[in-house]
Order: sequence, then C-alpha cells, then structure tokens
Amino acid sequence: MQRIYSQNVPPSTPSINLRRIAAAIIGKESCEVTTMEYVNPEGLRLDGRRFNEMRQIVAEVGVVSKADGSAVFEMGNTKVIAAVYGPREIQNKSHQQKNDHALVLCEYSMAHFSTGDRRRQKNDRRSTELSLVIRQTMEACILTELLPHSQIDIFLQVLQADGGTRSACINAATLALADAGIPMRDLAVSCSAGYLNSTPLLDLNYVEDSAGGADVTVGILPKLDKVTLLQMDAKLPMETFETVFALASEGCRAIAERIREVLQENTKQLEYRRAA
Amino acid sequence: MVMRKLELPLSQTQKVRFQTAIERLQSPAEGHGTSEVDDELLATVCGVVVRVDKLVYVRTLRARYKPQVGDIVVGRVIEVAQTRWRVDLNFTQDSFINMHDDNVQKRRTSVDELNMRNIFAEDDVVCAEVGEFHKDGSLILRVRSQKHGKLDKGQLLKVDPYLVKRIKPQFHYIESLGIDLILGCNGFIWVGEHGHVRDPMTKNTRKEQSHTPLETRQTICRIGNAIQVLSNLGFTMTLEVIMETFKLSNTRNIDIHDMLGSEFHVLVTENEAERRHG
Repeated sequence: MQRIYSQNVPPSTPSINLRRIAAAIIGKESCEVTTMEYVNPEGLRLDGRRFNEMRQIVAEVGVVSKADGSAVFEMGNTKVIAAVYGPREIQNKSHQQKNDHALVLCEYSMAHFSTGDRRRQKNDRRSTELSLVIRQTMEACILTELLPHSQIDIFLQVLQADGGTRSACINAATLALADAGIPMRDLAVSCSAGYLNSTPLLDLNYVEDSAGGADVTVGILPKLDKVTLLQMDAKLPMETFETVFALASEGCRAIAERIREVLQENTKQLEYRRAA
Repeated sequence: MVMRKLELPLSQTQKVRFQTAIERLQSPAEGHGTSEVDDELLATVCGVVVRVDKLVYVRTLRARYKPQVGDIVVGRVIEVAQTRWRVDLNFTQDSFINMHDDNVQKRRTSVDELNMRNIFAEDDVVCAEVGEFHKDGSLILRVRSQKHGKLDKGQLLKVDPYLVKRIKPQFHYIESLGIDLILGCNGFIWVGEHGHVRDPMTKNTRKEQSHTPLETRQTICRIGNAIQVLSNLGFTMTLEVIMETFKLSNTRNIDIHDMLGSEFHVLVTENEAERRHG
C-alpha cells in the first residue's frame, strides 16, 4: 500500500523550468509540451510532490452564518466554499418528482477571479455539467427518504481554481451537509489521479491537469466501500487504469480521514460549549 | 441467558430461532441518526452519541428544529393564504396557523377571510403551540391560550435550536424591567415590552397609541445583544444565563453597541467558565 500524506508545498522548486510551464499553459500544440517532464528523474513533480502525495488540505466548517451548514475546503491552491440550505419547504413545486424523498439541488459556480484570466460567463456548459455530477454524487449519499416533502440546496463556489475543483467541491459539500445535520449514508469524498510520463499521479494540479493526460476523478463512500463517481477524460489501458483508480481511492480514504477529524473537532467544540 | 429456567421442549430449529431472537434483544437498539451496516452501527448524522440503556442514538447539533407536540414556538408569518397563515419556524417544512382555530377568531365568515391581515400580516411575529402534524408532514400551530398570538414592540432573535432547552416555563416576565422573554423551542427568542394579554381580535383593530419609553427599548436591545453574544459563543440559553449576561454588561458599563465587540465576548466566556467551575 502506498503511503499518502499531505505536505506543505513550497511555491517554487529549483527543478521547475518556467518556460516549460508557460508552454503547458499556452497550449498542447507546442512541441515542448510533448517532451515535457512532469516527473523528474528523482521522482519529484513540478511542485515538488512525489507521485503519491496530495496537496495540503485545509478544511473548516461553519463559515457562512446564515446557512444551515457551510464549509471551506482547500487543497493546495484550490479553494471552494460550500453552503447548504435546508432541508426546507420545496420552493418551486414543479421541481418535485418524488413526493416521499427530499429534493437535492446543487449549484456550482466559479468566481470570476478564480483563474488567471478573468472568467466572464456565469452559466456555461461546464458549470451545468459539474452541478449535475455533484448533485448526483450527493444525492446518492444523502438519506433522502428520511426527509420527505423537503428540499436541500447546495451552493458551491470556487474561490481559487488550481485543478481538482470537482473533487474539492464534493468534499466541501460533504462537510457542509454534515454541518447542517443532514443524515447521510457515509461521508462522500472525492480525489483525482492522473497518468503522466508513465507514472500514476495523485491529486493533479492545474498544470498537470492541462497536460492532456488522463484525469480520473473518483468519488467513494469509504466506509461502505462503494464508488459514487468515476470520471475519466482520456483513454487508459485497463491495467494502468486500475493502478490509477487504486491510487485515487487511496487518496479518497486519506481525505475522508481528514474530514472526519475536522467534523469531530468541530462537534467536540460545540458540545463542550453547550454543556451546562 | 434468561433469568428463570424455561422448561420448554424445544426442537432444534426452535432452539436456533429462540437463540437468535434473544441475541437480537441483547444487541443495542438503533435510534435516530444511526444505521446498521454489516453488523456495525454507523452514525448517519454529525453529532453526539447518546446511550440510554440499550438505545443508541446520535443527537445532532446544528440541525433544524424538530417539533414535538406541545412545544411553545415563536415564528414569523411569511404568507397569508386562503384560510390560514404560513409561518416560518426553522422547520424542514412549512407550518400553518388555521383561521378556524378557536382562539384566533370566533366567527368565521368569508368577510373574515378578506380581513385576515388585520389579525396577522406578513412579517408579523407570532407565538404559538405546536398542535399536530398534518398528513403530508407539515405542521399545524395552535393559538390557544391568551399568552399566544401576535408579538409586537420587541426583538426577534434567531439562534440554533440546540441551544434552547425544552424546559417549562418558556414565557418569562422580568418584572423589574417590564420585559417579556419567550424562549421558543425552535430557537427563535422574543424579547419585548411586557404587554397585557389581549384578545387577538380586538388587539389589532385598535390603533396602537401607547409609546415605548427609551429605557425599555434600551433594555430590549441589551438583552437582545446578550442573547446574540451567547449564540455566537454557543452557550445554552436559559433565563439565568441571559440575565447574568445582561447584568454583566450593566456592571461593566458596556455600551449596547459595544456588546457585540470582542471584549464582551471574552468577558462572557470568562464568566461562563467561572459559573461552571466556580
């Protein structure tokens, strides 16, 4: 089993060739990119991580005072804020499909300032697709049958995008739902992994993500050992896929551990204060 | 296994069935917020595990209000419908006050339906009792007693429901200050000028002519801010704690607008630590 631990990554490592990064950002057609070295001979990636290391995780719950549950989740430079409202009365009756289950709605958006070049459109196809994916993942883990005639709204906003926003959103949503006291089968957690330079890499950042290699996003319910999300945007041989998938799910477990710690610490704090 | 020896002629299958049933009795009973997966009891909500004999359940902290029949709640009218008022209670579904409730109105004519806003209009704060659950899970509130009804001349504060204990009485009249304090089970707290109980019908037809003195208004704000501070810090709300915080702000000569500052938060925390361990 691979060892996985988060670490504080320094912003620049001596081995990085800035021109290469620039080429990777500009586009794939640049011939330098094809020969680009994402893992150097010492086994270090562009930001100084090893292949099985994720970025530093910072998580905090209860950041939006008016929401029923809220959280901020950071993975390295990716930062997402989540707010959950509900369960509450169904606002728009036409949305309602099943009367005896809670309705889960999700809205994903990226802040205009979240990427290097200012983003203009608000409801583009990417956001719509991600909203749907996150909604389906969260719906699978919420015990909707316990909350009939109600709706749960999940709002996710990406404050900083540096690869892996999909995973970060799911993790943030899980934290916010737990904070809102909504019953769930398990903590749904997600992590991505990729395959570059014949090496499986855990938790891709933006530069690695845009390199054109495979990007596998995995969402699991760790305690139940079930997969709720699996997305890949390239082709991989079966054996390679399996190692990459195993790496990603191992990453998920590490995140689940961290999320659990954060929630336990928060609950302890609230309970100590409350107890009279 | 059992206290008294059972003299039963059990066949092999009966023995096994009996044994299984007895074992099930010994295992912990699943309560709210738990589920059993592969013979393992898992929590489904984030909260505190509570054990009562064999019952194991998880008590959520920052969840919405779970009504129980008979609870005294404070809510805000959000809609005036055909024959009922829709009330926001911080519950997962909407709650209603029916116009045909005994105490709201004695006569029920179509004219009254047109004049419903004279009784409760949108954004009015009302105090009521949880009556019963409707078939679809929504809640029906009762405005029975003379204590219930529209609340005015005061402040509504919303805190997390787990901070308010279900202890009676929930109505408090602080005689020395002339203040009414209602600790709604749903985490809505009302602080207002003490008013004499009036019939809900007559109360609203007459224009309010009385004036609330400045001192009372300041007291209301002071108590309101005390509650806000306690809510920020996550301390349980009881009449004693609220009044202690109120007095603390008075003895330390802290202005009303300074009560939400950091210094007072620290003071209240110190005071609470003193109270619990002193």
